[in-house]
Order: sequence, then C-alpha cells, then structure tokens
Amino acid sequence: MSEFTVAYARPRREWLAAAVIWSAALVVTGLFLWIVGDIVRHGIGQISWGFITAAPADAGRAGGIGPILVSTLLILGVCMAVSIPLGVGTAVLLAEFTSDDNRFGRLVRLSLDVLAGTPSIVFGLFGLAFFAKVMGLGFSILSGGLTLACMVLPILIRATEEGFRSAPDDYRLSAAALGLSRAVTITHLLLPAATPGLVVGLVLGIGRALAETAALIFTSGYVDRMPGSLLDSGRALSIHIFDLSMNVPGGNANAYASALVLVALLLIINAAAAWLGEHCLRQRIVPV
Amino acid sequence: MNDMRAEFRPWFALAERPPCCEPEPFIRTEHLSLHYRDKPAFRNVTLAINTGCITALVGPSGCGKTSLLSCLNRLTDMIAGAHVEGGIEIGGENVRAPRTDLIGLRRRVGMIFQKPNPFPLSIARNLEFPLREHGVKDKSRVAELLETTLTEVGLWREVKDRLNAPALSLSGGQQQRLCIARALALKPEALLMDEPCSALDPLASGVVEDLIASLRMRYTVLIVTHNLAQARRIADHAALFWVRNGAGELVEYGSAKQIFETPREALTAAYVSGMRG
Repeated sequence: MSEFTVAYARPRREWLAAAVIWSAALVVTGLFLWIVGDIVRHGIGQISWGFITAAPADAGRAGGIGPILVSTLLILGVCMAVSIPLGVGTAVLLAEFTSDDNRFGRLVRLSLDVLAGTPSIVFGLFGLAFFAKVMGLGFSILSGGLTLACMVLPILIRATEEGFRSAPDDYRLSAAALGLSRAVTITHLLLPAATPGLVVGLVLGIGRALAETAALIFTSGYVDRMPGSLLDSGRALSIHIFDLSMNVPGGNANAYASALVLVALLLIINAAAAWLGEHCLRQRIVPV
Repeated sequence: MNDMRAEFRPWFALAERPPCCEPEPFIRTEHLSLHYRDKPAFRNVTLAINTGCITALVGPSGCGKTSLLSCLNRLTDMIAGAHVEGGIEIGGENVRAPRTDLIGLRRRVGMIFQKPNPFPLSIARNLEFPLREHGVKDKSRVAELLETTLTEVGLWREVKDRLNAPALSLSGGQQQRLCIARALALKPEALLMDEPCSALDPLASGVVEDLIASLRMRYTVLIVTHNLAQARRIADHAALFWVRNGAGELVEYGSAKQIFETPREALTAAYVSGMRG
C-alpha cells in the first residue's frame, strides 16, 4: 500500500471510463453470483448426507448421487494421474530444453494450441475410437479419464510452461555456475518457482474435466451403478445433470442439487490443488 | 555497519604490495574468440592468469570482458548461438574438450555475478543446497562449512541468529557476500567476478572489495571492473580491453604497477589517466 494518495484531477472523460470499467466488472460478478445463487436456492433443499451417499432411484428423480460422485472422482483421478506427470514433463521439455526458434518446440506448441481449441465432442469421438475400441477398454472409467487427460493436457502444459518461463534466468545461471546439474536446478528451484503456473493449469484443467459432458458420453458411458473397477462404465456428475434436466421429466430438483454438488466439488478440489502446490512445492523456496 | 569494516582499507601503494602470486599460470587462453551468432564479442585473446593473483579486466562496456569470463567456466554453453574458438586451459586441463566434466569445472572455478543472485531459499540453505548436491552430506561437516565460509566473508556475526531467514531479505551487499560464501563453500581454486561491486552502494561496495582483497594468495581471482580506482586498489595484474573493428580485443596486459604507472600503449595511458573511456 502506498503511503501517498495521488489526487488525480477527474475530468468528465475519466469518470466515463471509470463508470464503464466498473459496470463491466459488476456485470461479470453479477452474472456469476446469479448463477451460483440460482443453483444454491434450488438445490440446497435436496442436499443431505443421504443424497450424497445413496444410489439414484426412479431414473434419478429420487435417491441420491453416491455412485455418480464415485465415478466422477475416479474419472478425474485417472485424468490427473495421467496428465500431471505428462504435462509437467512436456512443459519442462518445452521451457528448458528447446529454444524459442527450435522447430520441434514450435511444432509441439502449435499442436497444443490447436488441441486446446478443439471442441470436446471431437475428443469424445477420438476417445471412443482409440481408447474404447482400439485399446479395447470399452465404455469405462479408464476410457473416460484418458480422454479427459488428452483434453486437459494442452491447458496444463501451456500454463506450466509459462510458469517455468517466468522463473528468472538468474536461477539457471547461478545454479549452472555452481556446478549444479539441470535436473537438480529444475526439481529444486525451477519447479517450485513454476508452481503458480502449474496450479493455474490444474485449476483450469480440473474445471474443464469436471464440466465435460460430450466427451464422456462416448467414453465412460452413463451407467449409474456403483463402479466395481476402472473398467466399469460410470456416469459423471455433468452427464447426470444433463440427463436429469433434458431426459427425465420431474428431474429438475435433483439436477439442481447435483449441480450444487458439482460446484462445491470444483471449489474444494481447486482449493486443495492450490494448497498442495503451495505447501509441497512452493515452500521449498522462500521468495520475499 | 556494526563492525566498522568499511573503514578498514587494506591499501597498499602499488609498489609495496606483498608478493602474491606464484608465477605459474592457472588460467590460460590461446587465441580465444567468441561471437554470438554473427556478432563478435571479442577476438584473439591470449592471456595467462597467475595462480593466487587478483587480475582485473578493465575497459569500456561492450568490449567482451564479461563474455570472456563466461567462456572460462563454459557458461557460454547455455547461450544459444554463442560460438567459441581458440583454447582455454585451467589448472592444466583443457576446458574446451567435449568431454570436460562441467560440474567439476564449475566447482573448481566459481563465479560471482554483477547482480547478487542468491537462491530464493533461506540463508543457510543457499550454502547447504549446493554442498549437498556436490556430495557433502554429513550434517556436522555442512554446519562447519556454513560457519567457516560465512565467517570468511564477514557475514557470520550479522546472520548467525537468522540463518533460516530468506536470503533475499538481506541487503544488497550482504547478498553479494552470501553469493561469494556460496561459491567459496565448494572450495574452488579460482573465482570469476563480473563487476561484483557495481550494483552495490559505496559502503557495501567497500566491504565486498575488502573481502575480495582478502582472497589474494588463496584463490586465483579474475575480476571484471569498470572502477579503475578499485582495480588500482586490489589488482596485482590488469588487462585492458578495447573495442576495435566491432569486437573486443586485448590491448595491454601486465602487472598492475606497470599498467597504471608505465603503460606501453598510448590507449592504456589515455584510459588509466582518465582521458579516454
């Protein structure tokens, strides 16, 4: 905080600019609050421990979302277990081992940007063709998780790469001048410094994965039983919400409640990702 | 300054400075040239840096002094487009050989940068981390090295009660001394210093300068400086670089006394008298 308050002259134009900026911010915040408020208002009545743990009944109109929650978490788990190591590895390759004008690096970056903009339905069809059919995983949580991993990777890689690029060159030079290997420099100095980027990538990626419906219909399917293994089909929360609101007359109340659980889950997982990043990686360094 | 170190100046007139060096070169370059893509940095530099001396590289900006330093510990390997020609020998080993052990080389030849660059770790971890990676894992040995090197750079008394504080919370001069301690903890034989005082205020600069002077005889020090008065105060030998035909060249190299008092080249005479540069 500055100790000084700068007294700006406020001509009319500046007021106008301020008004435009403030109202834009208000509209965005208002829209967000409206959506969340709507979900909470309609959904909170159904929420109970029973709803969260019980199996759905009567096509989802009654009962709860227990198996669906488990399937969602398993799909997300598969997705993250595959995409985080691959994503961080590729980000390290791009940021630390390829120069800006390296042909291979440019090709990888271009492909990632194209993939990041690819509609999720295309990923769904790819997952169906490749994971479900070619690899023989069928309609399963594994197929769904792997398909989501493909979707999330571009976001995760580019954000983590940015994190690595934002680490000052001082770290690299001073570490090299001390005879530290690149592997040591990356794990002890650069990865912690890149953590904010990694967390941003994770939050965006998890958001995209949890919200995904189209790609999962083709891959993890929509069986609403409790999955027995990763090779079972399982219904994700987003598909459940879609099904209840589009295909099941009288399913609106539980659709709202499921949406509320989804939003809460997203917030909890994002907070956990940020906390883990901060405490497991970032704290290895102590920038001022 | 709590210990008034800044007032203590090991000032010797050039003539009566104690003999420092063995006339045995530790670092030797042969017709060394460097260019970045098509832009030359310096060319055809042949130098022999004596063991245990402080040798100052002086000259105007952009004449390749810093680039020369980064050739010596092969930091140029990290710069895309940097191309080195000629020979470098340090302690009898060919630095430019493809099979040179870079980690060992950089451990033997420490480097101090213009801007203090401690790691974003605690004060203690700044020394412990490189030590551990170089295989010094015994805790009591690490603690001992921590104390002796921090004492050597005059930092122990100032930081011994807050070794776990962030290194970046230290003042600029303290950070630079920590960086010197970090290099010294690895027991190098030579130190390359790239204008180590130029980012510091005069008082801190004086403290660091005294520290560098105290390294004489124990380490071979090659220091780039823009500060002629500093070169006069601490250097045993001096080399003047100048830009000619778009690239840095070595103009004159000799003992500090000779360079500053009886320069052979007209350019050196003009530079050290302050008429040019």
